[in-house]
Amino acid sequence: MTKVFVSMDSAALSMGANEVAAAISEHAAKAGHDVTIVRNGSRGMLWLEPLVEVETEAGRVGYANVSADQIPELLASGFLSGSSHDSCLGLVEELDFLKNQTRITFARVGVTDPLSLADYEAHGGLKGLRNAIAMTPANIVNEVTESGLRGRGGAGFPAGIKWNTVLNTESDQKYVCCNADEGDSGTFADRMLMEGDPFTLIEGMIIAGIAVGATEGLIYVRSEYPHAIDVLNQAIAIANENKLLGSSVLGSKFAFNLEVRVGAGSYVCGEETAMLESLEGKRGMVRAKPPIPALVGLFGKPTVINNVMTLSAVPMILADGASSYQSFGMDRSRGTQVFQLAGNILRGGIVELPFGITLGDLVNTVGGGTHSGRPIKTVQIGGPLGAYLGEESFDVPMGYESLAEAGGMLGHGGIVVFDDTVNMAKQARFAMEFCAEESCGKCTPCRIGSTRGVEVIDRIVAGEDQAKNLELLEDLCEVMTDGSLCAMGGLTPLPVRSALKLFPADFGIKVEVK
Amino acid sequence: MSNYSEESILNFLGPYKGNRSAVLRSLQLVQELLGYVPDSALDIIAKNSNVSRAEVYGVFTFYSDFRSTPPAKAVVKVCVAEACQASGSASLISELHDKGYDIHKGNIKDDIQMEQTFCLGNCALGPAAMVNGAPIGRATCAKIFASTSAVTA
Repeated sequence: MTKVFVSMDSAALSMGANEVAAAISEHAAKAGHDVTIVRNGSRGMLWLEPLVEVETEAGRVGYANVSADQIPELLASGFLSGSSHDSCLGLVEELDFLKNQTRITFARVGVTDPLSLADYEAHGGLKGLRNAIAMTPANIVNEVTESGLRGRGGAGFPAGIKWNTVLNTESDQKYVCCNADEGDSGTFADRMLMEGDPFTLIEGMIIAGIAVGATEGLIYVRSEYPHAIDVLNQAIAIANENKLLGSSVLGSKFAFNLEVRVGAGSYVCGEETAMLESLEGKRGMVRAKPPIPALVGLFGKPTVINNVMTLSAVPMILADGASSYQSFGMDRSRGTQVFQLAGNILRGGIVELPFGITLGDLVNTVGGGTHSGRPIKTVQIGGPLGAYLGEESFDVPMGYESLAEAGGMLGHGGIVVFDDTVNMAKQARFAMEFCAEESCGKCTPCRIGSTRGVEVIDRIVAGEDQAKNLELLEDLCEVMTDGSLCAMGGLTPLPVRSALKLFPADFGIKVEVK
Repeated sequence: MSNYSEESILNFLGPYKGNRSAVLRSLQLVQELLGYVPDSALDIIAKNSNVSRAEVYGVFTFYSDFRSTPPAKAVVKVCVAEACQASGSASLISELHDKGYDIHKGNIKDDIQMEQTFCLGNCALGPAAMVNGAPIGRATCAKIFASTSAVTA
């Protein structure tokens, strides 16, 4: 029997992975080959999808960009024994792109069958949870604090400190909410983990529940991710059957129930308080803080809210210890970051590395520059609310503080590359337009400022009274930054201002930009 | 698709009777059942969840997923966000426009409806699209219409 791996990740499906898997089944059976097809997650080398891997004695041999009509030819050439072919990559784990990474959160993604709990355990799963069950809640929280893990959703708040607040708040009911409303363009790590290794997230949430004394967990997933929702629901059912979830987690005194909730097409629901409102069945209107959700969260109860990547780092921290995770990274950015190379990039996908790699190394050395082959003009890091950076920032090491110093923001670690054909006035206008479209409307700077922002940018580009309109745009950006309730209005000026500062010529500016 | 009765919707929403926090979930269930949320369903949900019609209407209009009219057989979502802009979504969108589809308006033509969306999470293989939930990477007009014809045929 030969094991063949064809990913069921959405990105692989989008390039025809289902058709490839079906063709392998059909033609292998016809030719009398005994083949088992495993639908794994994606290795994160998205430019190679559909990637087919064949298990051989030497390891898994990869074939890139396989199409369904190629299968008879591949079979005839003996690819089931790992034979050479134009599309053959050799041993997948020896490829530079993978070999040079430090995969902790993504250790199992692309390796295991996402819905096999046995496979999960065989690859180190549940070790963290078993350790946690034997520890006191305070010690679990302490371990997470010591690891230096910070919120991977964008804000970078220390996870252990948040957990400690919830732990120390008395309540009859507490919640753990996973923010899987991954709406930032250029980010897809949450989706890939949920599709490729859902038990890691589930394990992380159970540990969070045990640590803070919460028995109910909710995962808020955006509706644009139907496949992730499906995989999570299947994984939760398996976890329930195997007593990983329910009234007695792995036979312990701890109870934990988990449920998936689906969003309905609203970007602002990725903001944690808007997400809480949405989970309560309401319009996703941002709440004023304080009180923070750790004290007054879902249905007014103390609530841990963490991103998928944050919660998914937890099992490893509890399995291998805080110092192991803490040993990676730089300064106050500890552990690994799952970078996502996106947009106009030759080798797009997932790159998990300790903090500290430079931006230039990421997009050029790892990513191979643009897909179009043209020079890079700019990159946007951290989603639609992140700054545009130019080549002069390519030596900036990737970390929370170092990027902030360079005028940028790490956000969720998504990096969108643009070539020299991009017009930055259009990008700045889009940032305001997007804010106008997605603003919840609660605060004036965001709701009205974004619409006025589009108009002012249009006037600047049209060459109308530029000096005056530039001053007005600057003033508007300041009001939005300082006066908005949440990051939606508060950070929209970041891409606008950075685009203007770096590329004034794109705005047709004839006066000096301050 | 429009064959429904108040009773059938109420049966469907049964588990959420009296649950004020189930308004969003109820709207989603009705849309899963009927493909859209007819105006009369807003009253039914209000009654079932024990909230005012205005509250239900407020939730209904906040979220872009909800539709008040039946969808086409094939619903195509086309990403208009930054990563896909960087990968040439503008020319795809203008080609679709030339074929009679304005993704910003979401008009229906030949049983196909094209709508804009902000990010489908396939940002390294843009432009990204989705046809009735099935993802399309490096989307072109040809790929999109090959996929829609499989649904509308």
